[in-house]
Amino acid sequence: MNHASTKELVQVSQSTVRFAGDSGDGMQLVGNQFAELCSMMGNVICSLPDFPSEIRAPAGSLAGVSGYQLSFGGQDVTTPGDAPYALAAMNPAALKVNLKELQPGGIVMVNEDEFTPANLAKAAYAVSPLDDGSLDGYRVIAVPMSRLTEDATLNSGLSPSERKRCKNFFALGLVMWLYDRPMQPVLEWLMRKFQKNPAVMAANGASVRAGYNYANTTELFRVHYQVARASLPRGTYRRVNGNEAAAMGCIAGAAKCERLLVYAGYPITPASEILQELSKRKEFGVRMIQAEDEIAACCAAIGAAFAGAVAVTATSGPGLALKIEAMGLAVMTELPLVIINVQRAGPSTGMPTKTEQADLLMALYGRPGESPAVVLAAATPKDCFHMAFEAVRLATKYMTPVILLSDSFLANSAEPFAVPDPERLPNLRVEPPASPEGFAPYRRNPQTLARPWAVPGMKGFEHRIGGLEKEDVTGTVTYDADNHRRMVDLRARKIAQIANDIKPAEVVGATSGRLLVVGWGSTHGAISAAVSQLVQEGHQVGHLHLRHLNPMPANLAEVISKFDRILVPENNAGQLSVILRSRFGTHIESLNKVEGRPFLVREIRAAMEGILSREHAN
Amino acid sequence: MNTPTDPPLPAPLPTPQAPNIDCLRDLTRKDFQTKQEVRWCPGCGDYAILTQIQKLLPTLGIPRERFVFVSGIGCSSRFPYYINTFGFHGIHGRAPAIAMGVKAANPDLSVWVVTGDGDGLSIGTNHLIHCLRRNIDINILLFNNRIYGLTKGQYSPTSEFGKVTKSSPLGTIEHPVRPIQMALAAEATFVARTVAADPAHMAQTLEAAARHKGASFIEILQNCRVFNDGTFDQVNQRKNVDDRIILEHGKPVRFGPNGSRGVVVRNMQPEIVEIAPATTDVPGLLVHDERADSPALAALLAALEPPQFPTALGVFRAREEPTYEEMMVQQIEAYQARRGPGDLRRLFASGATWQID
Repeated sequence: MNHASTKELVQVSQSTVRFAGDSGDGMQLVGNQFAELCSMMGNVICSLPDFPSEIRAPAGSLAGVSGYQLSFGGQDVTTPGDAPYALAAMNPAALKVNLKELQPGGIVMVNEDEFTPANLAKAAYAVSPLDDGSLDGYRVIAVPMSRLTEDATLNSGLSPSERKRCKNFFALGLVMWLYDRPMQPVLEWLMRKFQKNPAVMAANGASVRAGYNYANTTELFRVHYQVARASLPRGTYRRVNGNEAAAMGCIAGAAKCERLLVYAGYPITPASEILQELSKRKEFGVRMIQAEDEIAACCAAIGAAFAGAVAVTATSGPGLALKIEAMGLAVMTELPLVIINVQRAGPSTGMPTKTEQADLLMALYGRPGESPAVVLAAATPKDCFHMAFEAVRLATKYMTPVILLSDSFLANSAEPFAVPDPERLPNLRVEPPASPEGFAPYRRNPQTLARPWAVPGMKGFEHRIGGLEKEDVTGTVTYDADNHRRMVDLRARKIAQIANDIKPAEVVGATSGRLLVVGWGSTHGAISAAVSQLVQEGHQVGHLHLRHLNPMPANLAEVISKFDRILVPENNAGQLSVILRSRFGTHIESLNKVEGRPFLVREIRAAMEGILSREHAN
Repeated sequence: MNTPTDPPLPAPLPTPQAPNIDCLRDLTRKDFQTKQEVRWCPGCGDYAILTQIQKLLPTLGIPRERFVFVSGIGCSSRFPYYINTFGFHGIHGRAPAIAMGVKAANPDLSVWVVTGDGDGLSIGTNHLIHCLRRNIDINILLFNNRIYGLTKGQYSPTSEFGKVTKSSPLGTIEHPVRPIQMALAAEATFVARTVAADPAHMAQTLEAAARHKGASFIEILQNCRVFNDGTFDQVNQRKNVDDRIILEHGKPVRFGPNGSRGVVVRNMQPEIVEIAPATTDVPGLLVHDERADSPALAALLAALEPPQFPTALGVFRAREEPTYEEMMVQQIEAYQARRGPGDLRRLFASGATWQID
C-alpha cells in the first residue's frame, strides 16, 4: 500500500523550520544536517543557531533550550525567517520558549514522551499544553518520539539510554518528510560521520528512517511541502558561516600577498572558531599563536607584521577593549594588522552568545589620541570572506591596522557560498623597498602615503620604530610641535584617501526617491528583504549597505542627497545614525533593536511604512 | 591537486643572506652604535649594559640585519634606539608578546627583549612568564634597579619591603617580586643574574645567554643614580667577597675570602658553613648544577639575599629544550609533508559541496 498517495504535496516558495530541544539533545547537529540537505536540493538557505551560554544547563529547564532555525527556498531568502512555520520541540521547555514565535496556524511537532509532570513543572506549565487547548491555533502533532526511537533502534546494540539519544534523528526524519527531502544524502553523511562507531551510525540511520516513515504512514501528517529551488548562477557551492568565511578570507589574502599568515588569538565567544579554523590550516603554513591574553595576541600580531607577515587577530568586544592600546601602537608604527571583531551583546561580559552591533564607535574612535584606522563590516556570512580579503588588501597596501566588524549572527549563521576561483582573486603583493639607498622608515609612497615595509633580515634597512611620535620621513623620535601636527595630518590623510580605492556606494532598489535605508553589517538580510518587498509594491525606496565604515565611500553624500528620508536600522542604540547625522543632516532616522537578536523583516518593513505614510500625510 | 595555474603559495619571508664570515669579522662595536643621542642620566647603569651588548653582538657570528631588539616602556626600554639593529619600542609590559610574534614570523632572527622591573614584573609579568614557559628563543634582559625611574621615583615591584619612595612616604607595605624565582617557577631554560657594575661578569653572562637556544632570562642588577642610588652597592664590588656568590656549573657553592665559606642545606633551609683551609670534603656542601632537572636548588640559591646571605650571581639554570618556534615550524612541515602544500581551490571547496548547472 502506498501511503504517500493519500497525502497532499503543496508547492511553496519558501519555508522556515526550527528545531528546539535541550542543549544536549543534538538540535544543532540535525539542524545543520537539514540545512545541508536543503542546500544540496538547490534552495538558498539562511540559518541561525540560538544556544545558551551554558554548555549544559539543567536538563529540561527553560534556560537550557537550544534552537536551530532555518529558512530555505528561492533567492528571496535573505534571513533565517521572521517566524517558523514548523517547530520540532523535544520537550515542554522547548515548546514554551519557542511557541510564541511560531506563525499562527503553524505546525508543532512535539515529543510527547517528554511531557511528564516533572518536565512540565521545569517548564512552569501547570497543565500540559497538549491538553489545555492553548495550542488550538496550531497544527499540533504529538509523537512519542523517545519510545518510537527506542523501538526502531532495538537491534543497534546500543543501551536503551544511548538509543533514546537518537531521537533528534527521529525528529529530523519527521521534518524531512514534511518537506519532501530525500533520505540518501543523510544516510551517506551518517556513514562518513560515524565511520568509527557503526552502532551509533546504525541507530541514527534507523531513527531518521523511522521518523520519516512514521510521518509517511500515520494519519497525523496529511500535507507535506515542496519548497521552490533557487535559480543560482552556475558553479560549485558550499555552505559557510561567517567565522569560517573570515578564516578563509585571511588565508586567501595572505596567499595573494605571497606572505606568511601569522594568526594570534585568545579564545572568546563568538570568535573562537576563527582561531580553531586557522589552527587547522597547517598546509598553508599558518603560524597560529594562542596567546596568554587578548593584549598579547594583538602585540604578537604586531610583532609578526614588523617581521613581514600578514598578521591577524580576532576577538569580540571585551577583547577589542583590551587590544586598544596595542592598536594605537600599530597606528603609530604604521604596520599592517587585521583585527576581526566578532561583536556580541555588551556592555562588559553582556550576553556572549547573543548578537549586537554596538562596537562601531569603539572601532572608529576607541583609541587614545588622533588614531585613524580602517574599519570594515561584513554584511552576510559569505561576505566575511570577501571583507577579510579586503582587510588584508587595505592593511598591506596602506600599512595600517584594519578592523573588520562581524557579529555573533554572522559568525553562526550559514548560507550558500559560490566557491570562488582562486585565480580570479586579485594579487595583493606589496613590493618591499628595493634599495637601502635613500631608505627611511617613514618615507612614504607618494600615491598611497604608505611607509615602506622593510623587515628584519633585510640588509641595510636596519631601523627603529615604536610608539613615540616620529619625525616625518626619518622616523626619529621627536616632540617637535610642527612635526606632530604634520604627522597627525598625514596619518589622517592616509586613511581618508583610501575612499578613492574602495567600491563606490551602490543603492539597490530605487536610486532616488522617498526613502533610503542605510545599513551596515548583519542587518543586510532583513533590510534587503524589506526593501525588496516594498519596491515590488511600487514604492520608491532603496537600500544602501555600507561595508566600508572608515573611510566611507567617496560618493556617499551624493547618494544620500537623492532621498527625502534616510532610515538607519542597527542592532545598537544608534551609532551609525550619529555619524551620518553629523555629516549629512537631520533627516536621518534611527531604528534600533538591542535585544541580542537580529531584526525581523517585518520590523524593518513596519518602520519604513511608518515613514512612508507620514511623508504621504505631509 | 595543484594545477600549474594555481596561485603561488605563501612564499617564505625574505630570507636573510647567509652569513658572510669575512664581512662579519669586520663588524665591530661601532657598527652597533646609532646616531641617536643617548639620553640616560649620567651615571646610569644602562650605559654599561649598552656597551657590553654592543661589544658582544659583533662576536656572535650573526649578520647585523638579523638582530631585533624589542622593548616596552621605561628607562631601559629606550635601549633599541641606541643600538643599530632592527628595533621596536613597544608599549608598557608587552615586549615579550611582540617578540613572540617577531620570532614566530621569522625564527632565523636573533631577538632580544629589553625590559625593566616595572615593565617586566608589574604590568608585563603575565607575558614574561608565558614567554619563558613557552621557551621561545629570545634573550630577555631585565634591568632591575628596584624603582620606577622614568616616572620619577615611585616604588617598583622589586623594591624592598618598607622602602620609602615618592609613592610610599611611610614605606611600602608590599613584599617584592623575586625575578629569578619567578623565571625558575616558569621553568625557563636559561636563568641568570649579573650586575651592571661588573663588566666582566656581565659580559660572560650575556654571552652565555646569547648562545643559549631557548628563552634566556637575565636579571641585571643596576643602579639608578637619581632615584635609588646605591641600591646594589654591596654586590657591585668584586672585592666584597662576603656579599657575592659566583655560581659555576659543577663547582661547590663557596664564597668569602679564599672560598672560606659555603652553603649547605639543612632541614630544607640554606645555611652558611665555615670551611677550614685545605678542607676538601665538606659534608652537605652544595655543588651547583645548572642543568638539573628540578629548578628547586636553583630557586634556593636565588632566594639567598642580604643581610643574612650573600647574593648569588651567574647562571642558575641552563637546559636545552625544544623551542616554541622550532616546534611550530616542525608541526607545519610534518603536516605539509603528509598532506601536501596548501591549495586555495581545495580550501574553498572543503566540506560538502554541490553543483548548480
